[in-house]
Amino acid sequence: MWNTVFPYLLSGISVGGQYALIAIGYTMVYGILRLINFAHGDVFMVAGIVMVYLSASGLPLWLVIPMVLIITALIGFVIERVAYKPLRSAPRMSVMISAIGVSYTLQNLVLYVTGGLNKMYPTIPGISETVMVMGAKTKMVTLVTPVLTLVLVVLLVTLINKTKIGMAMRAVSKDFETSQLMGIKINSVISATFVIGSFLAGVGSILYFTNYPTVIQTSGAMPGLKAFVAAVFGGIGSIPGAVLGAFIIGIMENIIKGLDVILFKSGLISAPLGLSTFSDAFTFALLIIILIVKPTGLFGEKTTDKV
Amino acid sequence: MSGKQQSELLLEVSDIHVYYGAIHAIKGISFDVRPGEIVALIGANGAGKSTTLNTIAGLLKPRSGSIRFKGENVTGTPASRMVFKGLALCPEGRRIFQQMTVKENLEMGAFSRPNTEIASAMEDVFTRFPRLKEREKQVAGTLSGGEQQMLAMGRALMGKPDLLMLDEPSMGLAPILVEQIFAIIGELHAAGTTILLVEQNAQMALSVADRAYVLETGTIGMSGQAAELLNDDAVRKAYLGH
Repeated sequence: MWNTVFPYLLSGISVGGQYALIAIGYTMVYGILRLINFAHGDVFMVAGIVMVYLSASGLPLWLVIPMVLIITALIGFVIERVAYKPLRSAPRMSVMISAIGVSYTLQNLVLYVTGGLNKMYPTIPGISETVMVMGAKTKMVTLVTPVLTLVLVVLLVTLINKTKIGMAMRAVSKDFETSQLMGIKINSVISATFVIGSFLAGVGSILYFTNYPTVIQTSGAMPGLKAFVAAVFGGIGSIPGAVLGAFIIGIMENIIKGLDVILFKSGLISAPLGLSTFSDAFTFALLIIILIVKPTGLFGEKTTDKV
Repeated sequence: MSGKQQSELLLEVSDIHVYYGAIHAIKGISFDVRPGEIVALIGANGAGKSTTLNTIAGLLKPRSGSIRFKGENVTGTPASRMVFKGLALCPEGRRIFQQMTVKENLEMGAFSRPNTEIASAMEDVFTRFPRLKEREKQVAGTLSGGEQQMLAMGRALMGKPDLLMLDEPSMGLAPILVEQIFAIIGELHAAGTTILLVEQNAQMALSVADRAYVLETGTIGMSGQAAELLNDDAVRKAYLGH
C-alpha cells in the first residue's frame, strides 16, 4: 500500500512547494494592495520563457539562473509601476481589470515572440536527473523543491518579522495613512512586495518547468490558478496559510491522480474508475467549498472587503 | 512681518485652501506656532480641524497657500518625508497598529530614526507612560481606550519630534482618562515639547493651551490667548456650553 501511495505523495509535496512559491506572490500583493494580481501566473510563465531564451543564448547556467530570477523580479517591479501605481486611488475594480489586461499582454507578447510554439525547457544539472527514492523513481527536483521552498519561506518570514522593510510591509498592509505618518514610503514598500513575489515565482518557475518538457504562453494559467486557490484556501493575505494551502492542494491533487492505481492495488476496485481526470476539478471544487464554508480561509483575517 | 520674527516661528501656515474633490474644506486659514507653545485649534465637528492637521502633516496637499516648518517651505511635502523633518501627527482615532504588540507599535514610531536611537527613545516613552512598559508585550488591540491613546502619543514621541500634533486625544475616553491625557499633555509641555492640539473638548483644550484659534467651517473665527478665549462670552456660548 505504502509503496503505491508514496510516489504520488512525493510528487504532491514537490508540486505543492512549487505552488507555494507562486501562491506567496498572490497573498503578499493581496495583503498590501487588496488586489488579486491576475498577471502573477503569467509572470511565472514569462520566467520560464526567459529561461528558455537565455539558456539557448549559450550563456553558462550559473549565470542564466540568477539572471532569470533578476529579470523576473524586474518584470514584477515594472508591472506594478506601469499598470497598478497610476491607479492607486482608483476603485479596486479598476486595478483588477488592469491586472487582467497585464495578464493578456504578457501572454500575447510571448505568443508574438515564440510564434505560439512549444519551447523546449532546458535541462538543469542538479535538478533534472532521475533518482530513486525508497523505490520510487523521480527527478531530483522533487526532492529539492520542498527543501528550497521551506528555506525560502523561513527567510521570507524572518525578513517580514525582523527587518525594517518587513516592519514597513506589515504596517502598510494594515494602514496606508498611518504608515506614511511613521515615515514609510508606501510606493517603495509596494515595489518591494512585487519584487519579492515575482522573484519567488521565478524560483517556482525553474522548479516547475523542469518537470515538463516545454513552455508555451498559456503555461502559467493552470499553476497560477492552483496557486491562487491555495492562497485563498490558506486565507488570502497570510503567508503561512498560502504555503500550507499549496502543499495540501499539491498533495491531494497527486493522490487523486493516483487514486485509481492505489484503489486497484489495494483491491478495493476491480477496474479503473477514471478518477485521475478529477484532479484539477478537485482543486476548484475545494475553492467553491472554501468560499461557501469559510471564506476567510484557514488563517485569514475577518474582513468586510469584497472583490 | 520681519524676517527675524519669521525665523522664530516653528510652524507658519499662510492662507491655505484644501479641497476634498469639489468640497472646499479649508477656506484660507493662517496661524502659527512658536517653539515651546501649546496651540489649540478648537471648533465644532466638520470645522476643518483634522483636515488642517492632515494638511500640515503632508497627507493632504493644499491647493493654494503655504506651510513653513522650521523656516523651510514644506508645502506639499509628502507625509513620509515630514516625519524626517521633525513633525509628528498623532492621528484622530489613534490609529495604532492593532495586531502589533505595544513594543512593535513604538518601534514603528521610530521608523524615521536610526536603529541606535530606538532603545533610548523607548526608555523615555516608558518613563512618561509606565503603563505602556507594563503592557510592552501585549497586542495593542487588546489595550483599553486610554492606553491606546497613550500608545498613539508614545508612538508619535518615538520620533523625537520638534512639533507634536495631537488630533482629538480625548475622543471616546471616560472623563477621568481625559483628565489623565491632558495632565500628560501638560507634562510634555513642561518638558519643552511644542504641541499643536486639535480638540472638540474646548474646555480642556483651552485650559492647557497657551494660545488658541477657533475654526468655523473652514475659516478662523477668533484667536487669542487661551485664557482670554476661555472667558470670552461668545466662545463660552458656542463651545463651552455655558
